[in-house]
Amino acid sequence: MDKKDIDEIEHQMKLANEGLPENERDLFADARPSKVESQNRYFERFRNWARSRSLWMLAFGTGCGATEIRPLMTSRYDMFRYGIAPRPTPRQASVFIVGGYASIKTIKRIVRSYEQMQGPKYVIALGSCTINGGMYYDSYNTIKRLDYYIPVDVYITGCMPRPEALIAGFNRLKEKIRAGECEGMNKYAENFDWYKNNQKQIIKDWNMPDYNW
Amino acid sequence: MTDISKSKYRNFDSDRSKYPVMENGKPVIDLDSHRFTKIWQGPQHPGVTGNMSVELIVSGDEIVDAKTHVGYLHRSFEKLMERRKYIQCFPIVCRICVPEPDTNEYCVSAAMEDLAGITVPEKAQWLRTLNLEMSRVGSFLMWLGGQANSLGMGAIGQWTIGMRDFWLDLFEEMTGGRVYHMYMIPGGVRKDLPDGFKGRARKLIIRTRRLLQDVENTFFYNTIIKSRLHDLGIITPDMVDEYGIVGPNARASGKGYDIRINNPYVKYDELDLKMITSTGSDAFARAEVRYRELHQSLDLISQILDRIPEEGNIQAKLPNVLHWKIPAGQTYVKAESTRGEHGFYMVSDGSEYPRRVFARGASYTHAITLLETLAVNISISDLAALMVSLHTCPPEIER
Amino acid sequence: MDQLFNRISRMIKLEGSTKQRDDLYFITVRKEQLELLLSHLKNYEGFTHLAFLQAVDYIENNEFQLTYMLYNYDNRVNLGIKVFIDRDKSEMTSIHKLWPHAWQYQRELHELFGIDFPGSPRVHESFVLEGWEEIPPMRRDFDTKAYTERTFYPRPGRFTKDPKEYMKEKLYGNFAESPEIRKNND
Repeated sequence: MDKKDIDEIEHQMKLANEGLPENERDLFADARPSKVESQNRYFERFRNWARSRSLWMLAFGTGCGATEIRPLMTSRYDMFRYGIAPRPTPRQASVFIVGGYASIKTIKRIVRSYEQMQGPKYVIALGSCTINGGMYYDSYNTIKRLDYYIPVDVYITGCMPRPEALIAGFNRLKEKIRAGECEGMNKYAENFDWYKNNQKQIIKDWNMPDYNW
Repeated sequence: MTDISKSKYRNFDSDRSKYPVMENGKPVIDLDSHRFTKIWQGPQHPGVTGNMSVELIVSGDEIVDAKTHVGYLHRSFEKLMERRKYIQCFPIVCRICVPEPDTNEYCVSAAMEDLAGITVPEKAQWLRTLNLEMSRVGSFLMWLGGQANSLGMGAIGQWTIGMRDFWLDLFEEMTGGRVYHMYMIPGGVRKDLPDGFKGRARKLIIRTRRLLQDVENTFFYNTIIKSRLHDLGIITPDMVDEYGIVGPNARASGKGYDIRINNPYVKYDELDLKMITSTGSDAFARAEVRYRELHQSLDLISQILDRIPEEGNIQAKLPNVLHWKIPAGQTYVKAESTRGEHGFYMVSDGSEYPRRVFARGASYTHAITLLETLAVNISISDLAALMVSLHTCPPEIER
Repeated sequence: MDQLFNRISRMIKLEGSTKQRDDLYFITVRKEQLELLLSHLKNYEGFTHLAFLQAVDYIENNEFQLTYMLYNYDNRVNLGIKVFIDRDKSEMTSIHKLWPHAWQYQRELHELFGIDFPGSPRVHESFVLEGWEEIPPMRRDFDTKAYTERTFYPRPGRFTKDPKEYMKEKLYGNFAESPEIRKNND
């Protein structure tokens, strides 16, 4: 391949950060996320076992579901013994619990926080509002299907789910991680254009970079 | 407007050489001069109550300007209720205020009864009072945990939210759900108390009082908490009407306004309660007022348990609720939630769907106007404590 | 309260008054006399607490109804003041000089109903909506279900059942229709 083709392919791979003003465009990243594959199969199994044992969650109470996350930290349900701890910043978290409905303003911040998390990362969707809109099915400000905007690993049904149901959801997530089925990060990187298109259709004022790394 | 920066702990007027230039009492803000920074204490932050954000302009460590942004939880309840029949509104309406859903259910039921002219039987009113007081206890326990957590003391949050879990067990026995109950419907309540409920509730009251003794020793007799909350967010009595302040925020500055005493609703006129006020009007006085109200609620619950009649109807007879037309009219019903005056304004027009329903959350003015006024001249580390001390709850602002 | 209404009706013309409960009264006034009435009630009669300011859409009469709810601490009475304004050219005087926190309600009404309050501080800021390009959503001609199906992707599999048809199917589904029922249904 000669240099012109390589330049053209590289130019297509870059993102056009149109939401940002001109003088700030070179301050932000313009590369797409890339897929990460592991070389060694056995080492990956050991890594998945270790990851499932220490899931740090992001402390972002996005909706109603946040009320039943706080009792999990008390001694009656005690999630610290499972290795789950709340972290204040997305750079240190690996699980994102989307609690309940997400309005349009919130989904913009959810996308931003999700893209800032470092992989491998997992998403647990709480409640029936993330599945098909729940009781707000005809509201103009809530989203109806969460997995059109970010990739979801485990759904926990209920309105709201009890803390025991949340712990059962975490156990299911751990089984999936150990079986190697949680590839949310790679799914996001492969179908990046599709997710971005869905997000841009509802988030009308996009004043942030296309990929918030 | 009063001069807020009068206390000796928060007086930044002494050495202002590094701080912004003041003109007419307000600082001159110029973002390009690199002496100010714009920070968002945004929705993804452990230091906000719920999902709202505050846009701050900071000079060093001192806040110079604050602006509140809400709308992260807007689900347009009012538009949804116009599309649902009267009885279908109840699953939605609990979710307007997440820590304390029973006040919403009571207000909507009372508004429908007011417009349709239904009287509620005696036992149902006692059960409604019990439900409302229990939800106040749960909400105050969560608030105590939040206030201590915002100052860095996480132990109290673990105790009180752990104790609140047992109250949620009692709720589950009574109504069937832990957090969202859907217990009060127009005409009365849905179910009667199960057997042995009164004994379990009384034992839980004794356990809660023992825990609150520990909380009092750790929280209220603590030097660090006293010095951090002293003179934080002073609300003077003439600010109360200018800013529409209600609830414990107003009572801690001396203005006595409690809906349960002024305009009594379900059975509060037969119970023995006094108005709790204080004159400190800073964050510590508000914490004291809320703590004493928590004890008052426990006292009221034991009074109610003594006086619930054994026999009685729990629900008045309603017409077929799937085709229920309420005559045209307008009404406004208020209840006292832990934050203050929580009211519903309902307009009906004779059809099967409500015309307009408006939920007036108590923290509508606290979180926006009052917070923006009180957040000036304090340091960033006190902003979370101020927000929790005003007990702002974002879902009821933007519904 | 009747004495209060007598005193007020000497100053302005009361279009109507209703008593809803012992502590709740509604009166209707014209929009030009509203500011005079509110300042009289606040300064002389003791109605110092503004509970809310909201709007109701009467699309069939082509008007909005604004409601101001006041409360008196001394004699513990709620008073609701109703004002009708035109729906096409909807604007109203701002009362932020009487109650400084009224700008919040006015901002919300501007965003959700499209009612303008000239002179009110910060009335063009956004309250809950971000990037909204349609008509103000709380108006009755905005169909929220159609907007939802156009913009978001509902998951297939949701259906509604009419209760009467469902029960008829369940109870009488196996029986052949008798002549009397067929005669009644025709």
